[in-house]
Amino acid sequence: MATAAITAEREHYLNKEYGIQSWLLTTDHKRIALLYLISITFFFFIGGFFALLIRLELLTPAGDLVQADTYNKLFSMHGQVMIFFFLIPSIPAVLGNFLVPLMIGARDLAFPRINLLSWYLYVIAGLIYIHCIVTGGVDTGWTFYTPFSTAFSNTKVVEAGLALFIAGFSSILTGLNFVVTIHRMRAPGMTWSRLPLFIWAHYATSIIQLLGTPVLAITLVLVVFERAFHLGIFDPTRGGDPLLFQHLFWFYSHPAVYIMILPSMGVVTEIVPCFSRKRIFGYNFVAMSSIAIAVFGFLVWAHHMFVAGISLYSALIFSILSYLVAVPSAIKVFNWTATMYKGSITFSTPMLYAFGFIGLFTMGGLTGLFLAALGIDVHVTDTYFVVAHFHYIMVGGAVMGYMAGMHFWWPKISGRMYPEAWGRLAALIVFLGFNLTFFPQFILGYLGMPRRYWQYPPEFQVLNVLSTAGSTILAVGYVLPMVYFLWSMRYGKIAEDNPWGASGLEWKTASPPPTFNFDEIPEVTWEAYDYEHIPAPAEVPVER
Amino acid sequence: MSDSPVAVEQHGPELRHHFVDMEQQRDAASLGMWLFLATEIMFFGGLFCAYLVYRYWYFNEFAAGSRSLDLKWGTINTAVLICSSLTVALGVRAAQMGKRKLLVILMLLTLVFGFAFLGIKGIEWYAKYQEHHIPGSSFDASDIIKDYPQIHIDPSHEQIYFSLYFAMTGLHALHMIIGVGIFSFITFCAWKGRYTPRYHTPVEIAGLYWHFVDIVWIYLFPLLYLIDRKPLK
Repeated sequence: MATAAITAEREHYLNKEYGIQSWLLTTDHKRIALLYLISITFFFFIGGFFALLIRLELLTPAGDLVQADTYNKLFSMHGQVMIFFFLIPSIPAVLGNFLVPLMIGARDLAFPRINLLSWYLYVIAGLIYIHCIVTGGVDTGWTFYTPFSTAFSNTKVVEAGLALFIAGFSSILTGLNFVVTIHRMRAPGMTWSRLPLFIWAHYATSIIQLLGTPVLAITLVLVVFERAFHLGIFDPTRGGDPLLFQHLFWFYSHPAVYIMILPSMGVVTEIVPCFSRKRIFGYNFVAMSSIAIAVFGFLVWAHHMFVAGISLYSALIFSILSYLVAVPSAIKVFNWTATMYKGSITFSTPMLYAFGFIGLFTMGGLTGLFLAALGIDVHVTDTYFVVAHFHYIMVGGAVMGYMAGMHFWWPKISGRMYPEAWGRLAALIVFLGFNLTFFPQFILGYLGMPRRYWQYPPEFQVLNVLSTAGSTILAVGYVLPMVYFLWSMRYGKIAEDNPWGASGLEWKTASPPPTFNFDEIPEVTWEAYDYEHIPAPAEVPVER
Repeated sequence: MSDSPVAVEQHGPELRHHFVDMEQQRDAASLGMWLFLATEIMFFGGLFCAYLVYRYWYFNEFAAGSRSLDLKWGTINTAVLICSSLTVALGVRAAQMGKRKLLVILMLLTLVFGFAFLGIKGIEWYAKYQEHHIPGSSFDASDIIKDYPQIHIDPSHEQIYFSLYFAMTGLHALHMIIGVGIFSFITFCAWKGRYTPRYHTPVEIAGLYWHFVDIVWIYLFPLLYLIDRKPLK
């Protein structure tokens, strides 16, 4: 008891100040990360609630739970909440915010007040969006396709557009902060080739946020103008072109997929070497593949429009370019596998999630190749095949990576260990629930079930029941970690500074870190992932 | 051991705690502004893309709309903005040399030019309002159609030209208004004597922003006003 009291007296970022003001006016990147954690968790459960209603409606072939109009709103708002209020900020704004300065040996991000501003913008956007949900919602799909969104929909399109515009501003400011921080704030000796690959992944992500998001912003501005003043820019009856909208929209929204997946790849690249006790295989290739994904990601947007009326020749070129994205993605998967080869692997919770990520991302990626092929794409466009594909990337990939990272860095964030056995159980439940939810959707889509309908022919019912059952299991898998993370904040075992025997700079400071991160700015003289020279922990920490 | 992790004597009031020295702080701010301007290029880029597509499709309507704009005011406004960029550039120099009075005068001149630009823009927009050239339910292009009987002009395509005209000049003017706000603040701080040869980063990065907004206009002017000014046969 006496020792516990002494440990608790050490000043760190959580106990330096108390009170609501010390949180709402903080400029400490670690506290802002926690503010983001709370807000995005809130939106995750809103989006999840919509998802469960969708799955419940699809339990039976008839449209019995909700009306068609309500169903349109449910899938639209599920998509917008999950993408703009959960996935895009998830890893960058929570783990990235917390870890980027720690990993490069800086005291904070380059612009701490802009960092806080970006959280406030996120909150304002969130409040506007919640107001939109409560007062009637939006039914355009998450994509706002014109001319439906500009001329026909009589739901709250302007309000939703405004919310996403502001959320985009928040995302731009986070990306800008990261790029400047990575360029200008690295500790002495932290050269570009010694950066953790998590940092490289966030660098690539930030570039996409900076160059892509403004295009979405101007597109939403035009949609709002068109709705408010009837300009005709996207109205085909008056000489406007709906395809122009789709080009502008996907110019952001395809790279946005890489905003979601690249940070997860960064997380997995930290975890795999740590729990294999080996240096990452092919550091330069993994680093450059992040940049390559960001660059190629900007050149493939029109593969969302193969059946929308673009010319065959541009479709051919976009198809080939889309195949190219598979190269850097495959490099990553091969290098993770090669890192594990002959490593001494520990099956701890973060590693289980990382395994889940690698498997599910590979499936999502390979089915992406189906969709990049012109012939198959015509067959499966707007079917559940597409729905399954992007959920394998976004949920099986991005969310798995987020969960992996939350478990891996939870001891650093909270200073406490989560219960390992529960963690492994939850990872297993998530993996099983995910596959049961989304694998049947590949088959449904291939058989021809279209997306975005609230009814379907009776022969599809068995697979839909499987999918709905899986979504319930998945929900349990997501609620469990929230419960035991909260539990561990009070009852969890006190975490050591470096419980995993990991190599990054963030593990060389205390858990939780002091407000200014390091008592003394470290001087880096070693390469990243120097696991040959770091002793493994005696045993994987387990719950008390 | 002091509360601050870095020795206090290096840290003047202008240097924030997480930077090692003034140079790092200045470099970070300047890189941040350059990146922000990159996002601005993409933001306006979406509009320029829409402009290119429709100008290619509806060239007659775009040329006729362009001829209906007031070339005199547009040219004067271009000159006003170029002058304001000069005063900003001289102002940055004055801040670097620590000439407080000169800096304040130059910043005030910049504000005068900024307001002049916005005022002239207002005059032009008001003229368009009187001519019913503002897109929407009261849009009426019959005067333009009457002026050019020799070419076919579709009124809804003409409206697309004016939609883009107002969207582009409107967003540009919004950036000008923000710029005037920023420079009012800079003028106030300069008058208070906050900028020294050691610390004048805000003047520099605000100047970058102002030059960017100026450059956007340098593109907008020929694209909107000078599409095809040859007399029609």
